[in-house]
Amino acid sequence: MSKARTSLSRTALVHAALIAYTLVAVFPVFLTIINSMKNRNAIFRNPMQLPTPSTFDLVGYQTVLGQGDFALYFQNSLIVTVVSIALVLLFGAMAAFALSEYRFRGNTLMGLYLALGIMIPIRLGTVAILQGMVATGLVNTLTALILVYTAQGLPLAVFILSEFMRTVSDDLKNAGRIDGLSEYSIFFRLVLPLVRPAMATVAVFTMIPIWNDLWFPLILAPSEATKTVTLGSQIFIGQFVTNWNAVLAALSLAILPVLVLYLAFSRQLIRGITSGAVK
Amino acid sequence: MGSLQLKSVRKSFGPVDVLKGIDLDVKDGEFVIFVGPSGCGKSTLLRIIAGLEDATSGSILIDGAEVSAVPPAKRGIAMVFQSYALYPHLSVKDNMGLGLKQAGAPKAEIEARTKKASAMLSLEKYLDRRPAELSGGQRQRVAIGRAIVREPKLFLFDEPLSNLDAALRVNTRLEIARLHRDLKATMIYVTHDQVEAMTLADKIVVLDGGVIQQVGSPMELYNRPANLFVAGFIGSPAMNFIDAGRLGRSDATTIGIRPEHMTLSRESGEWTGKIVHVEHLGADTIVYLDSEKAGLLTARLFGEHHYQTDEFVHATPNSGHLHRFNANGEAIR
Repeated sequence: MSKARTSLSRTALVHAALIAYTLVAVFPVFLTIINSMKNRNAIFRNPMQLPTPSTFDLVGYQTVLGQGDFALYFQNSLIVTVVSIALVLLFGAMAAFALSEYRFRGNTLMGLYLALGIMIPIRLGTVAILQGMVATGLVNTLTALILVYTAQGLPLAVFILSEFMRTVSDDLKNAGRIDGLSEYSIFFRLVLPLVRPAMATVAVFTMIPIWNDLWFPLILAPSEATKTVTLGSQIFIGQFVTNWNAVLAALSLAILPVLVLYLAFSRQLIRGITSGAVK
Repeated sequence: MGSLQLKSVRKSFGPVDVLKGIDLDVKDGEFVIFVGPSGCGKSTLLRIIAGLEDATSGSILIDGAEVSAVPPAKRGIAMVFQSYALYPHLSVKDNMGLGLKQAGAPKAEIEARTKKASAMLSLEKYLDRRPAELSGGQRQRVAIGRAIVREPKLFLFDEPLSNLDAALRVNTRLEIARLHRDLKATMIYVTHDQVEAMTLADKIVVLDGGVIQQVGSPMELYNRPANLFVAGFIGSPAMNFIDAGRLGRSDATTIGIRPEHMTLSRESGEWTGKIVHVEHLGADTIVYLDSEKAGLLTARLFGEHHYQTDEFVHATPNSGHLHRFNANGEAIR
């Protein structure tokens, strides 16, 4: 934006709107974190109050970490999320490259078919998926979750990445062909580095629903050894009594890994989101 | 070590015929330029020679060997692209060496050839830079260097100067001409700019509508155009075409005369007309006049001339430079 076109009042308005939005977005997270460090009475009496010396209490964290299994739940969540993202990015990018690079009969139809999953929620197929997993003996394994999440993430990945891959210069790929690079090297060494911002965008959009999902872990992998964090936190929510300290502590802890992954991708993400609009 | 033969090469994209049977012979060491308006198929032809597109039918021979089924990297060619197409994540040195590295050449040889090419193009200072840190002219020199390092049988240039500004374009043009003299390599060059074609080529191939219109040296095309298209395409400002019937001639359908082959006079001449517009270029004066007998005419006079618009003048064609064309648009010799 050029300096000449920005007036002070305009900048102030924009900032006011952005700050307001940030407050709305961050407030629930803030509330969760401060309350996770208070004792039970303080949570109910003064939910908005910051922890004071008299109300400060880490009993929630002690409960969560003391349960012992939580480290395992975290590990499960991380494995499922990271492996799913990796598979979605790999297969999504490969499919997108084929769709955008090669002319073949049925190219458009194939593209539409692969994008269909964006419009149809995968949960509609839960019963069939469960039957399939039972038949293949994958129930109560992390593999089951990874397979389902990969399928769930692929349509959007193919859709976004194929648009981005069309923007990679043909001359560059042809220069690679003349220099003797194989189609795989062209894909991995020339094209992928150039669509990195798009990959980060896809990674973030894929990651969040997987990390937060309760549905499939509950149905496909509810065993003690394969519980994810979201499912694991449910043990503190009872029909009659809910251990709020523990629930809030578990949620606060669950935010951390997502935050780390997000920060890792965010530099790329900003370029990814704006590149379509600015160019 | 670098001849090329094309035998009835055809290319169609679905129902659209882009190339309709191209036959061409390029001798070792020749500088051949494909020129034509956009959409004439010149770039497609170059890409077919490179192996980036498959011809629908016909055969391509490099050094007498059929290469239609050979992948681009094994054809012994190097290509320079309009958009430079440098690998953004590699340094200048690695950009130049990648082709040899892929072919499995020893490190010392890659080093030596890169050094030689960068000395030729005065790129030594920039060998460790990334393409993003170079200017447009430097990037194009790196792209040319990448081609030189491969020591190919055929150099292919796809409008290499189109992205450069006017001053750089002249410099790079001279540089390419010098390279051709030094390397004595066979070069095939695609452009839509007839100045580049006229100044660089040993042989120009004029393409239009997927068909070769004429092949010849720059001066052959200028002096003896084979048909109306070539006559109108080569030369700037374009040749004047006059309906022969209006001039009372029956030995041709169309008469052509280049603007620089006309003389103007205030006193007397063959065609009388009113001046519509005058362009003063310093070295030339270009006069546009609307004549009763011959229609709209362009005359190019050397040096400065002080004609005014709306003035009546007489134009006389230089009779030795008249071009005659028959009803099919072919030149009558």
